Amino acid sequence: MSDHELIWRIAGGSGDGIDSTSQNFAKALMRSGLDVFTHRHYPSRIRGGHTYVEIRAAGHKVQSRGDGYNFLLALGDSFARNPKEGAYYGNEEIKPLSENLDELNEGGIIVYDSGLLSEDDVSELDLEERAEENDWHVFPIDLRAMAKEHGREVMRNTAGVGVTAALLEMNLEHIEDLMRDAMPEKILEPNLEILHDAHDMITEEYDFEHDLRIPEGDHEGEQALLSGSNAIAYGAIDSGCRFIAGYPMTPWTDVFTIMSQNLPDMGGISEQVEDEIAAAALAVGASHAGVKAMSGSSGGGFALMSEPLGLAEMTETPIVLLESMRAGPSTGMPTKPEQGDLEFTLYTSQGDSARVVFAPANIEEAYEQTRLAFHIAYEYQIPTIIIYDQKLSGENENVPVSLLDREPDPSLGSTLTEDELEDLPHDESGKFHRFQHDVENGVSPRSLPGQKGGRYLATGNEHTPAGHISEDPDNRVFQMDRRLEKLEAIRAELDEEHDSNQTYAGDESADFGIITWGSAQGAVVEATERLNDQGHSVKAVGVSDMMPFPEAELTEFIESVDQAMVVEMNATAQFRGLIQKELGRYGEKLTSLLKYNGNPFEPADIVEGYELNVDGSDAEPDAQVRIEPAAGD
Amino acid sequence: MSAFNAIGDEREIDRDEFTPGLEPQPTWCPGCGDFGVLKALKQALPEVGLTPEEVLTVTGIGCSGKLNSYLDTYGFHTIHGRSLPVARAAKLANDGLTVVAAGGDGDGYGIGGNHFMHTARENHDMTYIVFNNEVFGLTKGQTSPTSPKGHTSKTTPHGNAKSPIRPLSLALTSGATYIARTAAVNPNQAKEIIKEAIEHDGFAHIDFLTQCPTWNKDARQYVPYVDVQESDDYDFDIHDRQEAQEMMFETENALYEGTVLTGRYFVDERPSYQQQKKELGEMPEEPLAERYFDDDAEWERSYDLLERHK
Ligand SMILES: Cc1ncc(C[n+]2csc(CCOP(=O)(O)OP(=O)(O)O)c2C)c(N)n1
Ligand code: SF4
Repeated sequence: MSDHELIWRIAGGSGDGIDSTSQNFAKALMRSGLDVFTHRHYPSRIRGGHTYVEIRAAGHKVQSRGDGYNFLLALGDSFARNPKEGAYYGNEEIKPLSENLDELNEGGIIVYDSGLLSEDDVSELDLEERAEENDWHVFPIDLRAMAKEHGREVMRNTAGVGVTAALLEMNLEHIEDLMRDAMPEKILEPNLEILHDAHDMITEEYDFEHDLRIPEGDHEGEQALLSGSNAIAYGAIDSGCRFIAGYPMTPWTDVFTIMSQNLPDMGGISEQVEDEIAAAALAVGASHAGVKAMSGSSGGGFALMSEPLGLAEMTETPIVLLESMRAGPSTGMPTKPEQGDLEFTLYTSQGDSARVVFAPANIEEAYEQTRLAFHIAYEYQIPTIIIYDQKLSGENENVPVSLLDREPDPSLGSTLTEDELEDLPHDESGKFHRFQHDVENGVSPRSLPGQKGGRYLATGNEHTPAGHISEDPDNRVFQMDRRLEKLEAIRAELDEEHDSNQTYAGDESADFGIITWGSAQGAVVEATERLNDQGHSVKAVGVSDMMPFPEAELTEFIESVDQAMVVEMNATAQFRGLIQKELGRYGEKLTSLLKYNGNPFEPADIVEGYELNVDGSDAEPDAQVRIEPAAGD
Repeated sequence: MSAFNAIGDEREIDRDEFTPGLEPQPTWCPGCGDFGVLKALKQALPEVGLTPEEVLTVTGIGCSGKLNSYLDTYGFHTIHGRSLPVARAAKLANDGLTVVAAGGDGDGYGIGGNHFMHTARENHDMTYIVFNNEVFGLTKGQTSPTSPKGHTSKTTPHGNAKSPIRPLSLALTSGATYIARTAAVNPNQAKEIIKEAIEHDGFAHIDFLTQCPTWNKDARQYVPYVDVQESDDYDFDIHDRQEAQEMMFETENALYEGTVLTGRYFVDERPSYQQQKKELGEMPEEPLAERYFDDDAEWERSYDLLERHK
């Protein structure tokens, strides 16, 4: 593996510039023609606390973090200021080195900052012994001193990048270009000096006994490095969304800030408001008045949105909401991903709910499905929810720039113009029949406040065609059936007019299937390929349509295998429950592979899960995953 | 041509247009103060030159929330306590609309208290009418945030231990720029105050005393009241925050013990939120909603933002 791909991990303290350094390095790798995928691990602390970013780069598509990694740049945690033994945070300075050794692959490289990490601390790690055992190549280098010599201590990240490039025999050109773009003149010069010094020092003074070198690759078109949050925000902008309201909560905050930084300059409006109930209610109000609007939050904040979500359903006001999951219950683990809010998102709010829920799996799907979410919301006057997680939110992947080269869509779907309003049914009093009983697809076209001839009352109570509150039984049944009919129409449109949102991988004739959803898909696809390469016969499907559920597609998939394993990041097998509920059977055919320790799946976890399933072994899986046996007989 | 032709319609308007004959008849109890708000609004809207289609009334839940069921404007009957966030956004999305929000004292000062505080702080350009009957009406008479101390109801059988909220003072400290109290039993004053509030450019808060003969027979809202602006006994400068504050305090005490005082308490020219957002470049000059109907509108694309990701 290691000769095909580089998995580089930069570790330090929160606030040490790990993020920006890795972002630039990932771009440099992308510019050199490689496909990249980043994974970010950080604590819920602003400064200090062990954090790392991992960049996986290869000449082929990478869709997930790898198994372990092969290059560690340990900078030391410069914010670890509590040396008192036994204090709450303990001595963390060493953590960027100590915490990462277990996952480093054989033959890997370690560069650590000997200027910041003390000899005493390092000697406690038995580093020499372990290096020998694992064939690691260790480079203790005083990055801090290099940085200080030309500039300031904080520039030791640059020295680290210089050392990395030298050890990988990587051209500095892309790195320099990016530094020129990102840095003001004053700090650019010293940084360039540091970069070169570090690079030259390594090249001149060290022997290269390791095998790892920069992989080779070539892209077809120009690439951009995007996070899932970027992709969702940009999908929204291209859908004509010009209104967002929100309240900060990790990890949803990423999309909220990207939108806030761009919307005003595009003639749009962004509102940070008092709480999430208000945020979603604002989205409803803006959409009611004729603007494409969105809001969103993460678990706890989304809980507060349950009321306005129901209001949007009942008044048939189009809105798009985001549910960016982190580990729960309650405030849970703010910076760790989980897929634990699925059931909550599908069923929150009272009554027989009609909403649409998409779960994109990667950057490209995040963009595509956001566009689809706006289209469906405004065409069918229904709230659509994009459910994703902290992992997809923060991970970066390169996509072809052409993915986003599409015309914006400012259409308001089934909203009427004043001319169209004239010919539609009205009460004798002049009130417009906004909620007609008898319409195609369940969609009753809407008017907007301020339009001539479109006056009506929108209400969260059950209502007549003109919007008058009503408990008339016949009207109730008409209206309820009409609202629910939209879900069938949407299912039909998704099946007929769009390529399937589901992603298939592996050997079509396989009789073992893996089913997954959301961001776990990348690791599943990769594990499937690996299993097939090893001579097993496996296929996989990643499901994105949570509601309305792709019954036909999933039935076909499950029917075609003897056994299937459902892979998801939660402890209660929520997605497997959804499949069984929607399809009404297959309890005996589905097992679950669950991981909920705060870290996303790696392909090896899934390979291990497969082996446990197929061999029926009683062994405890060691990657903190759990097998949940089949239900039923 | 605009996509919202009702906005700015200059027709002479008859107030009957706000209640065409086929509307549902109010389900309010006989003698309910809510009729007074409905009537005052129906009179005020045409008098300030508005047509039914250029007005959006946004209400919460409660007897009070039914206001726009019986008033023929564009309406949005939302959920309990949430009329303000919905109303704010509608006004931001299309600031050609005249937006009037309304709800009860439970709705506005209880469950929606946080929204009240923030909408006033931001000084959104809209009118907010709170039907203050000192009790929860629709859910059958429970104690509300404006019920007097000692008030007994099914939820406070031994008497309410809490002191009532001070809505006028709360509006003032939160940042509302037009604050008044009026009463259903005084229709002329009510109509004039509503007209002023609608024409005010900023957040206009009206604490509207509406008697609830069904659940709150003890309330002092039937007694004769005094218009503080017209009485020589209460001389204060309506533009002076300090003086207004003192008068509000006296008024809020007197509601439960002495004379019922109504009238205008505070008017300030602080620019509205919409105005300030426009000045900062955080909101377009033309109503945002119009853009979706403008074939010549230029829609910027996220593609333009990709440079920084390459
Ligand atoms: C979230 C929520 N909680 C409670 C209710 C029940 N509820 C309906 S109206 C109301 C109180 C109404 O009192 P008020 O706002 O003073 O209005 P009034 O009926 O007196 O006009 C309550 C508690 C509800 N509809 N929604
Ligand atoms: S219960 Fe009270 S507030 Fe409600 S309609 Fe009857 S009198 Fe009016």
